[in-house]
Amino acid sequence: MRRISLWLLSTVAAVVLLFTYRTSTNSPADASAAPTTINEQTTTSTPGASPTPTTSPSVSTSPETGTSPTSEPTTSTAGAAKTYTGSVASTRWGNVQVTITVTNGKITDVAVPVYPTENHKDQEINAYALPVLRQETLAAQSANIDTVSGATVTSDGYLESLQAALDAAHLA
Amino acid sequence: MTATAAVPRRAWVEQTMGLPISIHVRGDRLTGDDVEHLVAAVFADLRHVDAVLSPYRDSSDLSAWERGALRLADADPILAQVVALCDEARQRTDGWFEPRELPDPRTGEPRYDPSGLVKGWAVERAARYFDALDGYGWCLNAGGDVLVRAPADQPAWRIGIEHPDDPARIMRVVERRAGAVATSGSAHRGAHIIDPRTRRPTTAVRAVTVTGPTLLWADVYATAAAAQGSTALPWLDAVAGYHALVVTRSGLVRTTGSWPAT
Repeated sequence: MRRISLWLLSTVAAVVLLFTYRTSTNSPADASAAPTTINEQTTTSTPGASPTPTTSPSVSTSPETGTSPTSEPTTSTAGAAKTYTGSVASTRWGNVQVTITVTNGKITDVAVPVYPTENHKDQEINAYALPVLRQETLAAQSANIDTVSGATVTSDGYLESLQAALDAAHLA
Repeated sequence: MTATAAVPRRAWVEQTMGLPISIHVRGDRLTGDDVEHLVAAVFADLRHVDAVLSPYRDSSDLSAWERGALRLADADPILAQVVALCDEARQRTDGWFEPRELPDPRTGEPRYDPSGLVKGWAVERAARYFDALDGYGWCLNAGGDVLVRAPADQPAWRIGIEHPDDPARIMRVVERRAGAVATSGSAHRGAHIIDPRTRRPTTAVRAVTVTGPTLLWADVYATAAAAQGSTALPWLDAVAGYHALVVTRSGLVRTTGSWPAT
């Protein structure tokens, strides 16, 4: 389970960085198109699991918006759901930390307790991006890659690269 | 899931040569002098290459040589090495790799710019420090060009090839225990690949990925193939030891017959 969760954390960190960047060009109208609610959710933890299970805020879409056709119920069976917390990755663009909830070996929820919030724009962006992140994470589970080969990424474009996220998950 | 994430891993990222360079090392002990000194040596080596060979710096030996202010024999020896390798690259690619009369990155004026070869060559050369990393796996990624090594007791590195239309999507995955994966295309920098026959930017293909034993030649072949366009695939098919994947202008994905299936 630890192996799985570590990999998932890196994938999720990837997606967070991607969305943090990509949506930064959206208009405020776009950002408000997907209303979200922030819930406190307690998951049942198993003693001795590693990394240490924690309770963390999770992000979920409002039921009426229905923007997550592939998402699974966030309510978890007692004893089956565990939450894993990644370390805070320091990036040039700000700190990112990700937690995931795994139920029966599958990721069922994603939360991002730490992400760039330097300004109001960042907050708007994340309100839009984080619910979408859950879908992306579910879709990305099968790729399981270590690194990315693509057309030359310049230093300026690094943040939009999937590689930036794969790096962020492993920076010491 | 595979066992990839089971081996402890640590990443380092620095910006040099105008590129984000990331190094991932897998092994049991990732702190302490052994690993950290070697990673620092690799980055220092790349910074030295940048200082000598950057077309962006007036102070580089490359720029001084082009101005006629420095003789090749008096320059840092890596300049002469790179000039010789560029000649070899032009021959190996039937002229499709061509460093002469490329637009200056700052002024647009024609100049000699070996950068298309320098990156792969420099990364491969810097990675020699990792020969001392016995029992470790490592993955060097320089702006999308990748060189890896995995010892027998570790899984192969899984290299995702990004989709040229959507860098967030992975088109294919290649597994490599040793060797290189290089991609050339216009996804991030627009049409920057020059057709040496017309001396104008070309978008004949969307992306070319080449995998093979060395990053120097994988990168050169990918750049040459991107300039060459639709006739590149049969040409790449004939290059021994290297395999290629081409995304055509219309979006078709085509590979050489030897492309590794995953």
